[in-house]
Amino acid sequence: MSGALLSFQELRKSFGPVEVLHGVSLELKAGEVHALIGENGAGKSTLMKILAGYQPASSGEMQLNGASVRFASSRDAEANGVVLIHQEFALADDLTIAQNIFLGHEVGGLLLNEGAMNRMAAEAVTRLGLHLDPRTRVKDLSVPQKQLVEIAKALSRDARLLIMDEPTASLTLRETELLFGLIRGLRAAGVGVVYISHRLDEVNALADRVTVLRDGRVVHSGPAAELTPHQMASLMVGRELEDMFPGQAPPGQGTLLRVEGLSVPGWVHDLSFTLSPGEVLGFAGLVGAGRTEAFEGLIGLRRHTVRRTELGGRPLRLSSPGTAARAGLVYLSEDRKGKGLLMDFKLRPNLTLTTLDHYARPLLDARQEQAALERAVPEYGIRAGQLDVLASSLSGGNQQKLALARILEASPQVIVLDEPTRGVDVGAKREIYALIHRLAAAGRGVIVISSELPELLGLCHRLLVLREGRLTGTLSGAQLSETEVIQYATGLKTDPLPESA
Amino acid sequence: MSAPRTELTPGRTPLLARVSALGPLLGLVALMIVATLLNADFLTFTNLSNVLTRAAFIGIIAVGATFVIISGGIDLSVGSLTGLVAGSMILVMNALIPSLGGGWATIVVGMLCALAIGAAAGVLHGTLITRGRIEPFIVTLGTLGIYRAVLTDMSQGGSISLDNKLGDVYSPVFYGKFLGLPLPIYLFAAVALLGGLILNRTRYGRYVQAVGSNEQVARYAAVNVTGVKILTYTIQGLCVALATLIYVPRLGSASPSTGLLWELEAIAAVIIGGTALRGGAGRIWGTVVGAVLLVTIENVLNLTSIISVYLNAAVQGIVIVVVAFLQRGRSK
Repeated sequence: MSGALLSFQELRKSFGPVEVLHGVSLELKAGEVHALIGENGAGKSTLMKILAGYQPASSGEMQLNGASVRFASSRDAEANGVVLIHQEFALADDLTIAQNIFLGHEVGGLLLNEGAMNRMAAEAVTRLGLHLDPRTRVKDLSVPQKQLVEIAKALSRDARLLIMDEPTASLTLRETELLFGLIRGLRAAGVGVVYISHRLDEVNALADRVTVLRDGRVVHSGPAAELTPHQMASLMVGRELEDMFPGQAPPGQGTLLRVEGLSVPGWVHDLSFTLSPGEVLGFAGLVGAGRTEAFEGLIGLRRHTVRRTELGGRPLRLSSPGTAARAGLVYLSEDRKGKGLLMDFKLRPNLTLTTLDHYARPLLDARQEQAALERAVPEYGIRAGQLDVLASSLSGGNQQKLALARILEASPQVIVLDEPTRGVDVGAKREIYALIHRLAAAGRGVIVISSELPELLGLCHRLLVLREGRLTGTLSGAQLSETEVIQYATGLKTDPLPESA
Repeated sequence: MSAPRTELTPGRTPLLARVSALGPLLGLVALMIVATLLNADFLTFTNLSNVLTRAAFIGIIAVGATFVIISGGIDLSVGSLTGLVAGSMILVMNALIPSLGGGWATIVVGMLCALAIGAAAGVLHGTLITRGRIEPFIVTLGTLGIYRAVLTDMSQGGSISLDNKLGDVYSPVFYGKFLGLPLPIYLFAAVALLGGLILNRTRYGRYVQAVGSNEQVARYAAVNVTGVKILTYTIQGLCVALATLIYVPRLGSASPSTGLLWELEAIAAVIIGGTALRGGAGRIWGTVVGAVLLVTIENVLNLTSIISVYLNAAVQGIVIVVVAFLQRGRSK
């Protein structure tokens, strides 16, 4: 075996009577970025958990550097140089960045050498472009910053084989580029990298080899250069995919939402914009540009000032998410687990949480609620085996559809979606894009905040670019291109004109 | 891509879950059977109605505590508040005798005062916790000390006694019977039924559970989290006041030790009943069973001589730990 760092043959995994991996064989070379792609449920995460020692395989053989191995635990795998970067954060919120990076591997003897750990942690995060005091508590970090700390933690472990599960799901372009630079550096140093992602353009740009999993089987494995992103997507779903984005109808006339002079202290400075009925308006920018904070401010979740807010021509004051929802404006957070759904509640109370008033007469009418759920499940394409399950048991895409259904139950005029397709597989993405178009076609106004540029470019009529809390550009028509957005987002270009309707 | 764990034991888990959901009730029934075998007097009408009457104090307070705990909070001050409300109520009624006389008018005003003090304390707790952003444990640990100290000062270390004549008028509220059952049992039942209705069948009850499950999700879903939390502590305060209304006519006095450690019994009743201490899910009927179970233990120790009644708290402690052990699987 020429340079095979890790290989497995006929790996099988069953949970009870259900086999989820049906004999997977794979070979990973040192100094190679090997992308692993597949829809949710294809078996990627299970495969990686076996590889990193979190779960044992039911049968099959795994070899590391030609020697047969079987990891008893993730610690065991780490000792052998195999490190998994979790899709979900495994950080202790109350510990500092440095304490997290060195958790379980602290430097020092009887007393901890905090100085050395802070210095090394600072270096580790700076390499990822994160200029933060290593003594910052993790709970004070934003989602993408946490992701970068998670990556820095794994990089500090001297990995020979690094497994990354959707590392860029919450990162913006600039951070993704930095990460790619690091991955290329690791590859040059002979580290093997397994890269799991739903972003096929990234796979195309980064990977040397691609393996496609479908329903627990390898359906394709070969050099990345041989496949286009479109072919990868078709292999994943097992059929030809139509275009991801349905055709756009032009937006309607008039102004649905007008916001003037929105400021959120420390985040957003004097932001003004308008939204027409039937329009899909995108907000682009780097992480920390203040896009999420702007809308959290607008609906009263953060301290803010605003000169004027008008919805449908009527001036109004939005002091809380409740007043915003009653006025017809809803916001769906980027943080589905932390702010979007009650994971240990069933589907029904999740669906009706925002609109519970409709079911109170004055006692709650459970049958009406159930009817609403039975209506919403087919309408939004929520796939759940049974209706009587917890939200946490749904896949990421179906959770997102449930969260969307919840806010749309309020019959809003303006819908603000923050990273609506994060952690969602290709099929569900298409459905969510189609839903956004249906909403726009019905005359609602949709605002999409996203760090995935192709998504913004494919969905939106108009793009606003924020940089450090200020509006730097308004793009529409022929200006809608990745290079334009990046130039505005990074400050290479600035639009001096204030946005006008 | 979570593993389909439920398929490991198809059909068995739901049944098991249902049985374990009934755990507190099964425990109570088992205890009652043992008690009857040990002493046939246990299963007499008089004894059982005595157990329920005694359970009413802790039980009513625990219904309020169920709301607080499901919303993710805790109220440690309920024992001290019981004492403070009792002492204040007696002093107010005694002071009103010259103007309103020694009859029901004075008692009703005293009752309203008690409810007002309970509600005000709840609003104070809720406001400090939400708007003041102080941990509920800290706020109510603070007021636990304050209320008890104020009560001790009011009584000058001794006891505060209700005017004898007024006490005779008031005493039927505790000792009186309707259809053969003592009145406190009716109040307990009414509070529990109303609590269950609010928790399971109203918007507010759903919001309490949502806030306890994930406060941020609730806030982003347009739930008025601050209002919901303040109201849970207000409900708790009102429940304490209601319990005091039937406590005062029992002894006709309050002392610095009135309601001592009741907060622990109330919280224990809630936990035994299957409400998760981390919040998010719970049930009123479980709390009722928990309160009755705690009083039954004491009753059994009194009726039998196998274990000294001085060890009552120890037996209760063992029951709490065992129940928590049996329920640990359900709270991930």
